[in-house]
Amino acid sequence: MTEPRQGRERADVDPAVAEVPSLAIDPLLDRPETRIVVCCGSGGVGKTTTAAALGLRAAERGRRVVVLTIDPARRLAQSMGLAELDNVPRRVPDVDGSAGGELFAMMLDMKRTFDETVEEHADPERARAILENPFYQSLSTGFAGTQEYMAMEKLGQLVARDEWDLIVVDTPPSRSALDFLDAPQRLGSFLDGRFIRVLMGPAKAGGRAGRKVMDLGLAGLSRFTGTIDRVVGAGLVRDVQNFVAALDTMFGGFRTRADATYRLLQAPGTAFLVVAAPERDALREAAYFVERLAADRMPLAGLVLNRVHTSGAPGLSAERALAAAETLEAKNLAPQGMADDPTGQTETERTTAQESPSPGDSGRERPPGRRSPETHSSTGSYPTDAEAADHKTTDGGHDSGGQHGIPIPREDIGHEGTGHDEGATPVTADLLAAALLRVHAEHMRQLARENRTRARFTALHPEVPVVEVAALPGDVHDLDGLRTIGAALGDSAP
Amino acid sequence: MTPERRLHVVSGKGGTGKTTVAAALALALAEEGRRTLLVEVEGRQGIAQLFETQALPYEERRIAIGPGGGEVYALAIDTEKALLDYLQMFYKLGGAGRALRRIGAIDFATTIAPGLRDVLLTGKVCEATRRRGPDGGFVYDAVVMDAPPTGRVTRFLGVNDEVADLAKVGPIHHQAQAVMRVLKSAETAVHLVTLLEEMPVQETADGVAELRAAELPVGTVVVNMVRPPVEGPAAPAGVDRRELAAALRSAGLRAPTRLVDPLLDEGAAHAERRSLEAAQRAELAALGLPVRELPLLADGADLAGLYRLARRLREHAW
Ligand SMILES: Nc1ncnc2c1ncn2[C@@H]1O[C@H](COP(=O)(O)OP(=O)(O)OP(=O)(O)O)[C@@H](O)[C@H]1O
Ligand SMILES: Nc1ncnc2c1ncn2[C@@H]1O[C@H](COP(=O)(O)OP(=O)(O)O)[C@@H](O)[C@H]1O
Ligand SMILES: [Mg+2]
Ligand SMILES: [Mg+2]
Repeated sequence: MTEPRQGRERADVDPAVAEVPSLAIDPLLDRPETRIVVCCGSGGVGKTTTAAALGLRAAERGRRVVVLTIDPARRLAQSMGLAELDNVPRRVPDVDGSAGGELFAMMLDMKRTFDETVEEHADPERARAILENPFYQSLSTGFAGTQEYMAMEKLGQLVARDEWDLIVVDTPPSRSALDFLDAPQRLGSFLDGRFIRVLMGPAKAGGRAGRKVMDLGLAGLSRFTGTIDRVVGAGLVRDVQNFVAALDTMFGGFRTRADATYRLLQAPGTAFLVVAAPERDALREAAYFVERLAADRMPLAGLVLNRVHTSGAPGLSAERALAAAETLEAKNLAPQGMADDPTGQTETERTTAQESPSPGDSGRERPPGRRSPETHSSTGSYPTDAEAADHKTTDGGHDSGGQHGIPIPREDIGHEGTGHDEGATPVTADLLAAALLRVHAEHMRQLARENRTRARFTALHPEVPVVEVAALPGDVHDLDGLRTIGAALGDSAP
Repeated sequence: MTPERRLHVVSGKGGTGKTTVAAALALALAEEGRRTLLVEVEGRQGIAQLFETQALPYEERRIAIGPGGGEVYALAIDTEKALLDYLQMFYKLGGAGRALRRIGAIDFATTIAPGLRDVLLTGKVCEATRRRGPDGGFVYDAVVMDAPPTGRVTRFLGVNDEVADLAKVGPIHHQAQAVMRVLKSAETAVHLVTLLEEMPVQETADGVAELRAAELPVGTVVVNMVRPPVEGPAAPAGVDRRELAAALRSAGLRAPTRLVDPLLDEGAAHAERRSLEAAQRAELAALGLPVRELPLLADGADLAGLYRLARRLREHAW
């Protein structure tokens, strides 16, 4: 497979990446056969955002949709009318229903879902015994994987209600995308574990040996849980046994349900979307997940590559943009006549500094021209006081960037038709151009990094269809933001 | 004079760089003649990955020399072994401990009572912080813990208060109290790692409030992965496109008129991002804590990058 060539002048798309099939989201959302869409991926890549955007788009294209979100950003939740976490789907206002669709949304409440499941599977008395057991409290909130398990459970419930023709599922913010598939089994095998069987009695653990181990085990357990003993009383061991026994009778129901949900995920009406940002860790997780889905025969629709940077001027490389920026700055720094040196020869020293592989370092925080007092006088209105003010908000020492958008004073560049007499052209047009070129250069470097990272995934899985979603400058926290993401998802169909 | 901070707890939203920052801080604090300990509690071998070594055993071993010439030791705590140590400390279990482990009792206990895990981890870290050598001085000049994420850290650090409430007397009570004393003292600081994005900043603010309510000492906010600050011109409404094109042409660029719009778009997006970042910075400043920034490393946080971050951190007092 083609390795990304390093150090190329142009950061255009790698051929390997260019041949990747594109993922057509709209047909997927429109097909009545599509009943469940699951958004998976590692934490922070945009799963929740993507799930919400897909739900909104599908609804506005005419489907009756419910989105199950997990741990959404506060403002996003609010914009969907999810001010309270009440574990039931709510109709989202302000959705365009002209195509006949509707959007419902909910946030998963893991503890509540667990409680409801217990209540449903056990008779009232036993349910109460379980819910009040201190071990249940920690199991229902603290067990690694409970959230995943309960997301599955909730999905099963939504399917069973049969009120929606499309269910979009977000997955918990775990490190690994695989957790969503593994956690339910982990909970199952925990409850099937050897120690549990020991606790359940010698019959299960197997004869006399089991009995002996159990005595030993319980003695040790009760000794070390001496602190907890004070809360639950001397009947600790009996409590644990009761709890496990109660769960066990119930767990048959649990397990059947989880198995059914798992099978649902393998059905043709389900589509998995793996969400990733163009970053090394996220794409590595995505690759694992793709392999796992294949192994489990689960239907992968494709990869959503979120927060991708694009440029309207991809032909202008970072290097050329920087050279041009330096030329423009030099022109406004040096005496006339040296100004137009397009090779930037006089800037060698500076250029090398910039080529050093550390754009993160503070080395070139300011266009070098700025450091010169001369330049300062000629661009006297650059708001250095804004910088100073921002420095106060951080430690000011190595602070890499308190200043944001330097407002170019309007009167300097605003006037039309000053002609193009080189000498008289306001210095600020050059400096504006230089600043824009530097922004572009940084942007192109980011793009090149993303392309390299992405090429690695493509090399492993060239067959996986991909849809790209551009990085918006700000967070996505309202319906319009979701529509923008939805449009990016939909429009990239071939 | 306030006592020197010796226990640094590094938390933050998932994926913001807790492990990376904790490692960089352990390096930064390793001055000539000093020794620091970097502790990992989540059992993921993140430190080993970062330092490009094999998985760490449950044992303190030297893994690096800091840029200040001191030594960095690392410890990845194995909860099961820590529990056996703990049991050994209070009850002489002998071989029964191993039997417990074999039948999965330990696994069961730490699973069903997750707080137990936290008791062990915080206990171990405090022990290392307080440990003295034969010369009577502290074995480690500083201990840095790669802690659980913001959402769990207050409960994690406060678990011994709960234990001390449960066990009103006896060795476990005293142990729990001793741990809480260290954690709440001026010797300890909880640092929170964040990004200049809405969710991590929100989580940081929530975390600070929780820590303060629990009387745990909050240290510094570390803003990680700060992108290089290109001077971003806000594209003003009155930009003269022709002048801009002329300027681009004069710099030797081809087809300058076709560059104008894309460049202005990128400039505007950049400016928007910068102003959002400024808003996040303002939120962080309102917390009334020291804020330190670390740059985004273009090649990811490899070993060389880690030392770069460490040098940045050394510019400040911790
Ligand atoms: N300053 C930085 N520049 C570039 N990349 C960084 C920087 N800091 C961290 N990273 C990268 O970000 C990713 C997450 O970092 P890290 O593992 O330290 O985060 P974490 O908060 O410990 O995550 P988790 O919550 O999963 O434990 C890693 O790939 C790391 O290399
Ligand atoms: N394409 C995008 N452009 C800009 N910001 C985005 C984009 N996608 C997601 N975000 C932001 O990234 C953050 C994390 O997104 P979220 O959907 O909560 O991730 P996850 O659910 O995978 O943890 C949110 O603040 C969200 O607004
Ligand atoms: Mg999420
Ligand atoms: Mg970590």
